Amino acid sequence: MMNQEKLKAWIDSGTPWIWLNATAVSICLIMVVGVLGLVAIRGTSHFWPGKVMQMVYKNDDNSAPKTLIGEHIDTSLMSVAMAKANGHVMAENEDKLVQFLMKTGNRDLTGSDFGWILERNSKNITYPKELVVIERREWGNFYGNLLSLKENGNVIAEGDALWNKVNEKLTTSLAIFEEIKKLEKKEIGAVNYSLERLRLQEKSLQLKNQLTADKEKEISAEREILNTEYKKFQAQLTELYQKGRTISVVAKIDNGSELEIPLSKIVRIYQPNSMSVIDDIGFYFTKFSEFLTDDPRESNTEGGIFPAIFGTIMMVIMMSIIVTPFGVIAAVYLKEYAKQGVITRTIRIAVNNLAGVPSIVYGVFGLGFFVYILGGNIDQLFFPEAAPAPVFGTPGLLWASITLALLTLPVVIVSTEEGLSRIPKSIREGSLALGATKFETLWQTILPMASPSMMTGLILAVARAAGEVAPLMLVGVVKLAPTLPLDGNFPFLHLDRKFMHLGFHIYDVGFQSPNVEAARPLVYATSLLLVAVILVLNLSAIIIRNRLREKYRALEG
Amino acid sequence: MENSSSLYQQWRLVKDSIARYGVIAGGMGVIIAVVMIFFYLLYVVFPLFLPASVEHKVSFNLPEKDAGKTVLLDMEEQNELAARFTDQGKIVFFKISTGEVISTESIKLPEGTRVTSFSQGSPTKDGIEVYGLSDGKAVLLKHKFDVTYNQNQRVISPSLSYPMGEEPIELDASGAKINAITAQIGATITTVVAEAGTAIKLISFEKEESLFADEASVNKTESLIDIPAGGVNKLLLDKDGSYLYVVTNNGSLLFYDINDKSSPILKHTEKVVEDTHKITSVSFLNGDLSLLIGDSSGVVTQWTKVRDKDSNLVLKKIRSFTVSKKPVIEIKSEQRRKGFMTLDGEGNLGVFHSTSEKELIKEHVSQELVKSALSPRANGVLLQSADDKVVFWTIDNEHPEVSFKTLWQEVWYESYDKPDYIWQSSASNNDFEPKYSLIPLVFGTLKAAFYAMLVAMPLALMSAVYSAYFMAPAMRQYVKPTIEIMGALPTVILGFLAGLWLAPFVEENLAGIFCFMLLVPLSVLLFSLLWEFLPAEIVKKVPEGWDSALIIPVILLSGWIALSSSLTIEDWFFNGSLREWIKINLGLGYDQRNSMIVGIAMGFAVIPTIYTIAEDAVFSVPKHLTVGSLALGATAWQTMIKIVLLTASPGIFSAVMIGLGRAVGETMIVLMATGNTPVMDLSVFQGMRTLAANIAVEMPESEVDSTHYRILFLSALVLFAFTFIFNTFAEIIRQRLREKYSSL
Repeated sequence: MMNQEKLKAWIDSGTPWIWLNATAVSICLIMVVGVLGLVAIRGTSHFWPGKVMQMVYKNDDNSAPKTLIGEHIDTSLMSVAMAKANGHVMAENEDKLVQFLMKTGNRDLTGSDFGWILERNSKNITYPKELVVIERREWGNFYGNLLSLKENGNVIAEGDALWNKVNEKLTTSLAIFEEIKKLEKKEIGAVNYSLERLRLQEKSLQLKNQLTADKEKEISAEREILNTEYKKFQAQLTELYQKGRTISVVAKIDNGSELEIPLSKIVRIYQPNSMSVIDDIGFYFTKFSEFLTDDPRESNTEGGIFPAIFGTIMMVIMMSIIVTPFGVIAAVYLKEYAKQGVITRTIRIAVNNLAGVPSIVYGVFGLGFFVYILGGNIDQLFFPEAAPAPVFGTPGLLWASITLALLTLPVVIVSTEEGLSRIPKSIREGSLALGATKFETLWQTILPMASPSMMTGLILAVARAAGEVAPLMLVGVVKLAPTLPLDGNFPFLHLDRKFMHLGFHIYDVGFQSPNVEAARPLVYATSLLLVAVILVLNLSAIIIRNRLREKYRALEG
Repeated sequence: MENSSSLYQQWRLVKDSIARYGVIAGGMGVIIAVVMIFFYLLYVVFPLFLPASVEHKVSFNLPEKDAGKTVLLDMEEQNELAARFTDQGKIVFFKISTGEVISTESIKLPEGTRVTSFSQGSPTKDGIEVYGLSDGKAVLLKHKFDVTYNQNQRVISPSLSYPMGEEPIELDASGAKINAITAQIGATITTVVAEAGTAIKLISFEKEESLFADEASVNKTESLIDIPAGGVNKLLLDKDGSYLYVVTNNGSLLFYDINDKSSPILKHTEKVVEDTHKITSVSFLNGDLSLLIGDSSGVVTQWTKVRDKDSNLVLKKIRSFTVSKKPVIEIKSEQRRKGFMTLDGEGNLGVFHSTSEKELIKEHVSQELVKSALSPRANGVLLQSADDKVVFWTIDNEHPEVSFKTLWQEVWYESYDKPDYIWQSSASNNDFEPKYSLIPLVFGTLKAAFYAMLVAMPLALMSAVYSAYFMAPAMRQYVKPTIEIMGALPTVILGFLAGLWLAPFVEENLAGIFCFMLLVPLSVLLFSLLWEFLPAEIVKKVPEGWDSALIIPVILLSGWIALSSSLTIEDWFFNGSLREWIKINLGLGYDQRNSMIVGIAMGFAVIPTIYTIAEDAVFSVPKHLTVGSLALGATAWQTMIKIVLLTASPGIFSAVMIGLGRAVGETMIVLMATGNTPVMDLSVFQGMRTLAANIAVEMPESEVDSTHYRILFLSALVLFAFTFIFNTFAEIIRQRLREKYSSL
């Protein structure tokens, strides 16, 4: 009786509601921590070498049992009814169906990297030490056993000596590959670039009717030099390719068929089951640094994401250079020069609200106005020789940066203005009273004092720009850019080039790639990197802001 | 010394004013640039709503007047040359700018024969003309305008060719005159339909490439169709030569399936005009999926073939246009769009568009018009009047397919059995009818926003209330930035997780998820009840305001229980699969990437926005109000509901508005977490396509300044205006609130 009254009082007091409200906070916290944790765990585990299992697998039909080699990726449970509906035969005593997702690799031989298998049909699971995983430049991973090493078709190593020999030869082969890459990208790339510039120069002279015989001779002489250079590099390249092709490993996959893989197609060979924890850690860091510094392979699903990191940074720097002065000037105008009243208030509200305008709208504006109108006109005026190929009349780094600068402008304006309004009036008046002009007051007292808030604004702008994808899809991002926007060819910074971007990389690889399953770990790793960058930026903005607040509190006090 | 000092002083002042004007110019510039976004969008959208116009260019006398009466006028793409086909089998090519005759060709008319019928096949697909003669024979010919460039000068030269040979081919062995004829030429099959003597003859010539012989042999198939009651007025073959339409003199339309050339099947007969009226002109609409029929009362009706209930092909009238009060003399269809042009008995030129049902142009040209040609680009028209004058008008008609109706109302599209809202902007073929209804997209946008708000609103507002009012300051100090950091997470990552992790996870554990939603509040209430009745010593160990930390394990535990019992629940209550159960019992299909996923993911993105603003509003409710309430004996919750929430309600309202604005414009999450199909379906298990995602998907492929491009800009403008208005509204409310607080 007593308890019932107490219960009624408890309900009437509204305490259950408070608890439910508390639940909402907890759920939000769990969601944030959960998402961050999910990305962190999946992102970091990508580089850890998974152990490779070997098993005897027997299909439900009466086919003979076969050996299966692969990495266990995922497990899924299915209810009995579902399993039956999907055509699996279920025994009386089974209450669920357990399936494993196995990465079996060898896409060139079997057609797919991944496959679902039934747990109940897998027997004798072992982890043989001699199993190798070969990371290839094409066709994904190879899983199986090494048989021999061949040079020009003759076996040069077998048995116990094989593993060391393979590693030794692979080191040379990788060195050759590096050399080829350098030749192709740097040397030949530079020659090609010069040739293209020469062609444009010629065409431009032609358009202006200034192509005299002298000039023509000059150009063709220059072209001759470049062509010889090109031939020289080409010869070197052919030689290197031939050298790389001579050695190959012979390996056997689980169904017994043999495969010869040229060393030039191999990135890495390892025996995951014989690696110690220290080896694993070493492997982890090699993979991680490859991820940060290498180019993508296999339509972005393997290898590194360096061009995307580089593109993101370039874009963000360009954007900062544009947005900071304009944002600060606009804020200074609004706060210091404009007459305060209805108009400034309206402008302030408008600027504030621009931050809430969907980013895709900025993308549409950027594409229509910057790319087609501005870019198109720039092309007509300054690059008639490149027609019909557009130079600036197509999405590119410059337009992406300007579009994002426009997008983040409100952030900088609002933040700077807030900083300006925090500066006590006494400081301004003191400076003016001492005879300084308004500009001197601004330049020497107010702006330095407001600089941390500008910094905060800039950091927030950078964080927003780094994570923004939708507008970039319209104004300059591509899935694979052959060249970086910054290189050794004059004029070094190529604002007209398209670039790769971390956020777009995630979208593209996760949703547009033909082999999503294989790409997924890489997408998690990329996400982790992006999240980490953005969290660090945001946290530093918050810290700067808090410090600033305390500083002014002291001033006011 | 003094001099330099005063110079310095002057320099200081100069610098000051330079800075002043610099800053003013810069500041104004930035603000103008920002305003320009709106005006630029408007500027691109504006031409959609401009009316079409015609302009008179030249007029001249009919070229080669003696070559006979005109049976067909035709123009080439550049509006430079035209051809006039006459009833004497002559073809006159002339310049449009002057009327100067370039050449006159003539078909081979055997002695003593004359032309008795003529028709033109689909102009878009290897146009073909056919002359039916009085001796049961026919001549098929094609005319072409070849464009060559001679020193950057465009030269257009006309030519004629005879696909079936220059000699007339025999269609009727008895030699009866051909009263009506039509032909269509395909890659291997040429089909000719002619009314001669006592029947309609359907004759097809199939070229068979032989491996051994150099010359291809021609296979002729012939079949007969009875002449319908009332007699044949006109015969029409669609561009593939698979359907035949016979127009009779008494106003009926017969529709044959002639895919099998040896046995034509009559699919449908329909009286298409009233008894008192007569059919005066007939034409296919571009694409040959529907027919335009003009009658003597000046009305043009559009008939398209659709499948009826028993999936038989039948003809259905989908719309009509009142062109004038006099008979419609000629209908000419555009070759790239679904527009058409009419000549009426009062000498008016009319330009219409079928999908948008708009009358774009009505212009009086002369007393009586006879024949006309519409340029392939639909930017010029050549008109021959009864007094043997020819006039050339240019047409400026860029975006006829857009009207209020096409964007916002149900439209009856070709081959559809009823009017519908459809967004389908492009297809691979040229004669596709673009479907620009924004309704499915707006619907999708609102649906996504609705589900997102359904998730975000309770969570964010309840969190805000709790952390602003009940939470211990020590905990709030960490909780607030943590939730705010949520807002900084790139949406592309949320979208990726939603699409590739959450969607499969939810699909696999559907029952568990629903169970979780039920279990969490229950278990929390149970726990709080237990807590209440726990001995005071234990309760006191947890400082006040740390409840939410206390609940975390409870939630995690109930989540774990819910998810791990997912399979069992499905087995016990839903025959093993909740998805199947929903499909069978509720009739809802299950998309893996559905509204629920979008709701959760976008809710996640919107929570911090709502939370921050609402929390600020609640937190800054003046303390004396709450303290007063508590002192009067109200409980904390009563104070919250009756005092704090009421005072802060404008702030909370504006928080919700800003959150809604964000949900409406969010792109990446919906792009990645839904299937992006523009369906109109309220089901929580189906996806959608939003305005923003649609722009992201279609913008890169849309042609600059095309109607599609401008409509995408229009949807961007809609988004811009929508969010801008919402945000401004919310901002004004917030400012009011701030003033109110400061006065309290």
